[in-house]
Amino acid sequence: MIPLSWYLLLSAFLFICGVLGFLIKRNIITIFMSIELMLNAVNLTFVAYATQLKNLNGHIFVFFVMVVAAAESAVGLGIIIAVYRSRETLNVDRVNLLKL
Amino acid sequence: MEPNLHLWIIPLLPLAGAAINGLLGKRFPNKLVATVALFFTACSFGYFCYVAKQFVHLGTIPHIEGYGTWIQAGPFRAEFGAYLDQLSLIMLGVVTGVGFLIHVYSVGYMEHEGGYYRFFAYLNLFMFFMLTLVLGNNYLLMFVGWEGVGLASYLLIGFFFRKNSAAQAGKKAFITNRVGDFGFLIGLFLIIQHWGTLQYNSVFQQVSSFAIEAHPGLFFAIAICLLIGACGKSAQIPLYVWLPDAMEGPTPVSALIHAATMVTAGVYMVTRSNAIFSRSPHAMLVVACIGAATALFAATIGITQTDIKRVLAYSTISQLGYMFLACGVGAYTAGVFHLMTHAFFKALLFLAAGSVIHAVGGEQDMRKMGGLRKFIPWTFWVMTIATFAIAGFPPLAAFFSKDEILWKVWSSEALRPVVGEGFNKFLWFIGIATAGVTSFYMFRQWFMTFFGEYRGADAEAAHGHGHDAHDDHGHGHGEPHESPAIMIAPLVVLAILSFCGGWVGIHNKFDGFLSPVTRLQFANTATSEEAVTPSEKAPAEEGGANTELILMITSVGVAFLGFGAAWYLYKAHPEKPAQMAKAAGSLYTTVLNKYYVDEFYGATIVKPILLFSTSVLWKGVDATIIDGALNGSAAGAQETSRGVRRMQSGNIRSYAGWVAVGAAVVIGYMVYVGVGR
Repeated sequence: MIPLSWYLLLSAFLFICGVLGFLIKRNIITIFMSIELMLNAVNLTFVAYATQLKNLNGHIFVFFVMVVAAAESAVGLGIIIAVYRSRETLNVDRVNLLKL
Repeated sequence: MEPNLHLWIIPLLPLAGAAINGLLGKRFPNKLVATVALFFTACSFGYFCYVAKQFVHLGTIPHIEGYGTWIQAGPFRAEFGAYLDQLSLIMLGVVTGVGFLIHVYSVGYMEHEGGYYRFFAYLNLFMFFMLTLVLGNNYLLMFVGWEGVGLASYLLIGFFFRKNSAAQAGKKAFITNRVGDFGFLIGLFLIIQHWGTLQYNSVFQQVSSFAIEAHPGLFFAIAICLLIGACGKSAQIPLYVWLPDAMEGPTPVSALIHAATMVTAGVYMVTRSNAIFSRSPHAMLVVACIGAATALFAATIGITQTDIKRVLAYSTISQLGYMFLACGVGAYTAGVFHLMTHAFFKALLFLAAGSVIHAVGGEQDMRKMGGLRKFIPWTFWVMTIATFAIAGFPPLAAFFSKDEILWKVWSSEALRPVVGEGFNKFLWFIGIATAGVTSFYMFRQWFMTFFGEYRGADAEAAHGHGHDAHDDHGHGHGEPHESPAIMIAPLVVLAILSFCGGWVGIHNKFDGFLSPVTRLQFANTATSEEAVTPSEKAPAEEGGANTELILMITSVGVAFLGFGAAWYLYKAHPEKPAQMAKAAGSLYTTVLNKYYVDEFYGATIVKPILLFSTSVLWKGVDATIIDGALNGSAAGAQETSRGVRRMQSGNIRSYAGWVAVGAAVVIGYMVYVGVGR
């Protein structure tokens, strides 16, 4: 039996990777993938705890997160395509029309 | 059961006229405006006549009517109501009667001016406030009228508001009056504090329980505060400076407001408050001194003035000083008597002067008149009556009233607790000297205006027409011409009144009629106090009769002296005055410049206040503190937002960074406090 802390460490590592990727990367697609990484890190934590505590709620939550993530990807990709069509770039630093 | 006289109708009629003319008059033709204004003032006068007829049937005097509560604050209560006694009856008569005549005159006089409807609306408004002042049954209503006439006066002085001097004069009058009103208000507060009411009857009733000099400090303070108010409104030293400048207004305004009615409000107020004044001989002394000083002071200035209206203005101040002198020695009835006759002859003088100004095309400088009696005979004759009246020739009006005052000043005992008999003689001497000076400057004006050669024609040709024209009488003009009948008719009526108006005072009839007002205060008091009261009759009856006759002859003699001097200097030897002026040197220039009082006030009061207001209140308090606080908070908000704005960079990764940092902080905090443990 692999101890819980390992799962949690892996999950934290993945999550930090996602955050760093989100902060560092300029390409929207990559940023999007970082978000997915963070979500899945959280999912990992959920299932790890659910198994450890013998409670089904964690599993159910994971499904919720997956559904939301799927929906979010669909919408997000739609936005990305729209942005690309109008701005002809995927560099987020150049998508800054909302600033002052 | 007392009959209800519905006295409120008297003031409300002119208010209706003012409302109609003021709100709708702009579209009315001039004739309709005049009709409306005349109709309502005539109705007011007519109703006054009805009231006067009913007055003799009244069982209780004063007749008080209450129309409802105005202010109720705790135990203090002020009501709308009318207070009719002999004093207010006389004042009502003067205001409505003379007011109506001056309205009639104005119809002709103002015909060529702009703002015809405005003029009559203001004039009617003035009548409303003046009648409120006179008729109100408490001090607060009097104060409303008091302020209202001040407003009307301001509006009418500044009637030619395009002219800077007129606008300035209006402001000066208003601001000077504020000083007086301040004193008046403090006096009212003192009355409220000590007697808890402002209703005349209850104030007087409570006051009458005090003996003379029972509370010297309190009564002195109240009386002096009221006196300051009266000084402002009635143009007494030290607040008289606004009245000469008020001559910037149209001449009928000068006649109505600044000669006949409004300026006498102070005399009315002092007489109305005689219960308070009579209880403080020290205050009476102050009143008498101010009156005497003003009378002589203004009269001497009148000698040197060359503007026909300004001579009359100083004469008005001087005559008001007479009335205050009378009030100061406890001869309120004599003061009101002079008030009434003065209203007649001074209104007549002003209106006649207006007719002269009209005749010579707007010129007001007497040096450019002369010989006018051939051109404007009607004006000349009414002016002659008025001049002889004010100089105190028998049997004209002012002879009786002025003589009454001088006699009372000589014989009164009201000041006896404070000063000896010698002071009465001194005041009398000032009074008689003033009478002489008055006679002199009035005849000087008379000779300069109506005798000799007409000096206006070549001056006219040299300067071009309308130069220095005060009332903007811009119509074409060759020889001086007589005024239209609508202006002459009121003059004639006033001339008759100036001639006969004094006859009501024969055998002390007027005194007897009015004395209940001044005796009222003693009605409820013990008889012991009756003995202390200044009894005006007793000395007059016995040995006084001879003295009175001698004094009378003296005053007539002084009037003749003034006439003779004026004749000698301005008729027989017209070159003399200039030489004398040269000989007098700096004294003459000082008097010519009105003793530099305006300059003195300017340097000692106006300038420091202006400086203080500019440097401290404006630049210091307003600009720095108030504006500073406002602008500072706005600038602070701007600065903060300028800093915070940086967060809204448009850079998605920086947003994400903030989110991450925030999340880290929250998580860190939760770990730190150990949530869920």
